[in-house]
Amino acid sequence: MKRKAILRVTAKLLIPLIMLFALYVQFHGDFGPGGGFQAGVIFASAFILYALLFGVANARRVAPAGIVRAGLAFGVLLYAGVGVAALLLGGNYLDYSALAHDPVHGQELGISLIEFGVGTTVASAMITIFFIFAGQDPEIGRGER
Amino acid sequence: MILVHLPVLQVVVPLMAAPTCMILRNGKAAWALALVITWAAFAVALSLLLRVIDGGPISYAIGGWAAPWGIEYRVDTLNAFVLVIVTSIGALVVPFARASVEREVASDRIYLFYTMYLLCLAGLLGITITGDAFNLFVFLEISSLSSYVLISLGRDRRALTAAFRYLILGTIGATFYIIGVGMMYMVTGTLNIADLAARLPALADSRTVHMALAFLTVGISLKLALFPLHLWLPNAYAFAPTAVTVFLAATATKVAVYVMIRIVYTMFGGPVIFEQIPINEVLMGLGMLSMIGASLVAIFQDNVKRLLAYSSLSQIGYMILGLSLANVNGLAGGIVHIFNHAMMKGALFMAMGCIVYRVGSVQIDALAGLGRRMPFTMAGVVVGGLSLIGAPLTVGFVSKWYLIQGALDRGLWPVALVILVSGLLALVYVWRIVEVAYFRPSPDGEAGVQEAPLSMLIPLGILSVVCIVFGIDATATMDVAFAAARALLGGAP
Amino acid sequence: MDVPGLFNYWIVVVLMMIGFYVVIAQGNLVKKIFGLNIFQVGVFVLYISMGKVDGGTAPILEEGFKVYTNPIPSVLILTAIVVGIATMALGLALVVRIREAYGTIEEDEIEKQEGDVP
Repeated sequence: MKRKAILRVTAKLLIPLIMLFALYVQFHGDFGPGGGFQAGVIFASAFILYALLFGVANARRVAPAGIVRAGLAFGVLLYAGVGVAALLLGGNYLDYSALAHDPVHGQELGISLIEFGVGTTVASAMITIFFIFAGQDPEIGRGER
Repeated sequence: MILVHLPVLQVVVPLMAAPTCMILRNGKAAWALALVITWAAFAVALSLLLRVIDGGPISYAIGGWAAPWGIEYRVDTLNAFVLVIVTSIGALVVPFARASVEREVASDRIYLFYTMYLLCLAGLLGITITGDAFNLFVFLEISSLSSYVLISLGRDRRALTAAFRYLILGTIGATFYIIGVGMMYMVTGTLNIADLAARLPALADSRTVHMALAFLTVGISLKLALFPLHLWLPNAYAFAPTAVTVFLAATATKVAVYVMIRIVYTMFGGPVIFEQIPINEVLMGLGMLSMIGASLVAIFQDNVKRLLAYSSLSQIGYMILGLSLANVNGLAGGIVHIFNHAMMKGALFMAMGCIVYRVGSVQIDALAGLGRRMPFTMAGVVVGGLSLIGAPLTVGFVSKWYLIQGALDRGLWPVALVILVSGLLALVYVWRIVEVAYFRPSPDGEAGVQEAPLSMLIPLGILSVVCIVFGIDATATMDVAFAAARALLGGAP
Repeated sequence: MDVPGLFNYWIVVVLMMIGFYVVIAQGNLVKKIFGLNIFQVGVFVLYISMGKVDGGTAPILEEGFKVYTNPIPSVLILTAIVVGIATMALGLALVVRIREAYGTIEEDEIEKQEGDVP
């Protein structure tokens, strides 16, 4: 119990920092290594750490299935939607230059939005995968063989 | 204004509909959305084909970045033809799937079925329409991953191991493809297919280019299920839900044949590279082995879906044979067989779906006496079977005719003989099915077996009618196939 | 042959062969999936090694640097890594379902169970 107390306190200190770091990686993809996929995975790892220490049931209350599933769909639709928006505003598909008043701002806006979509979907996907694997019935086939 | 953006909408519309299906957790709503989207995709593909026939190849730059730095979607006659085939099958399977899927897939997973179906369709359309080699890999994996999921939704537990084996072999194939693309990138510095084609003749005798061709061929042959890399296909088709088998049998391997044609003829310049590496002779040999070997194994199968899966393997051999003949008749025969086989196998597997729906089993003994109890379904089987044999007035005859002509144009009469022999082998296994269905009495206790519901019979009927109509008057399909073949061979006869 | 200079490519070959061998020779389904992953990692190293430009720095715009390595292979590999992870997740999910259905994840035992049914 004592060891678990140490782990839990440390986790409670670290999890917000992990999430903050994920957001840092997400939004600094233009200027340094980073971007949507990496940020999504780091963000999901915060949830996974919580689930490892506090139990899958508690983690499920923090990340309810409906919201995670909505996040999965939202990211893909945001990405494709930015492309369609560029199409409607006069350029080709995913032509970010058409999104704002001048091409440079348009490129920045476009990239930020699609990377955010990627990050959301990847984080939701990783969380979903972890919960599916972790939440299985532990009695499968244990009596056999 | 929409017309300019049709190439990209072809892929984006199913791709956006897939997560929407996932949000709409209701099975019926997901089916309705899939119906609307697949028919819209079919309309887009038809319109692209008509525009390309009139106006020549269409090119679309994603993101406004011009090729070869940006990703380019390039539609020419071959592309547009395959797009029409994939979307037409995609559109016909959805009304068929409504009843079939309810029987064969657990009801709380039906909305996920349609999500994966739309993703698979988007992936296949993306493979066909893209002009960038790496973008092709991305779409190849999108369509492959969703097809692994679709196959694993079958009721029989062997669907899971079939999907797992397909996953391992398919991923190895995609990885080989990507090694080939990497080698080409190393040598030329570009990923755009048209640009690679322009740069290749100067480098045709470099060893890297030869290795790249070898890796690309092996990788795509795994996806094509060319002998001896076909081990995943029979189980995957036999144990998947029947709607999935219809869709995959009629589209997934055909799109892989299209990719092979693109790589060998457009990227590597066809006859130019055949002088360096006789890849056409290797493919010819493997195609002929597929044709004969798979037909022989099909004769001894008891599970009719498995029998038809082996039959598909032999028909793929025909397409690869057409590709390897490297003349206009042979190549056009192979290209038109993509269309013909999609229609025939689609009809045959749809009939199997109707039989599973009413009878519950596809073992050959379960078909006894169905000729009287399910006349329309078995009529569809007979039409499909006659096409497989290559009987005149069906589509199968048209492709065989041009393949034999192509073989004789090159003086290869043993190849023409092999084509005829495999047609005779097809006669044997088709006769097995027909004999059980029409000439054996139905067992007692089958009083409840009646014809399948209309929603399943109508798509089956449409495909059977297409098999006959395009067999009697094949000018439309052959014109497109000849135009595509001539463009690929660079105008040489 | 320039053996030390081509060190990266030797590693590529070794990784690919190890991964491929594991896929073919191991009977345990989970090990097969990891073999596949090792095989793919070999390919990733191939791409990234070929992107390096002599004397070039990391492909991030920075003051004072003129020569950068080619960013395109890195971008391609990012995509390929994501695809590889999705494949692995899907494969492992299938293994879980296979375990539920068959009670085992050894390939020879599964084939024995399948061999009885037509």
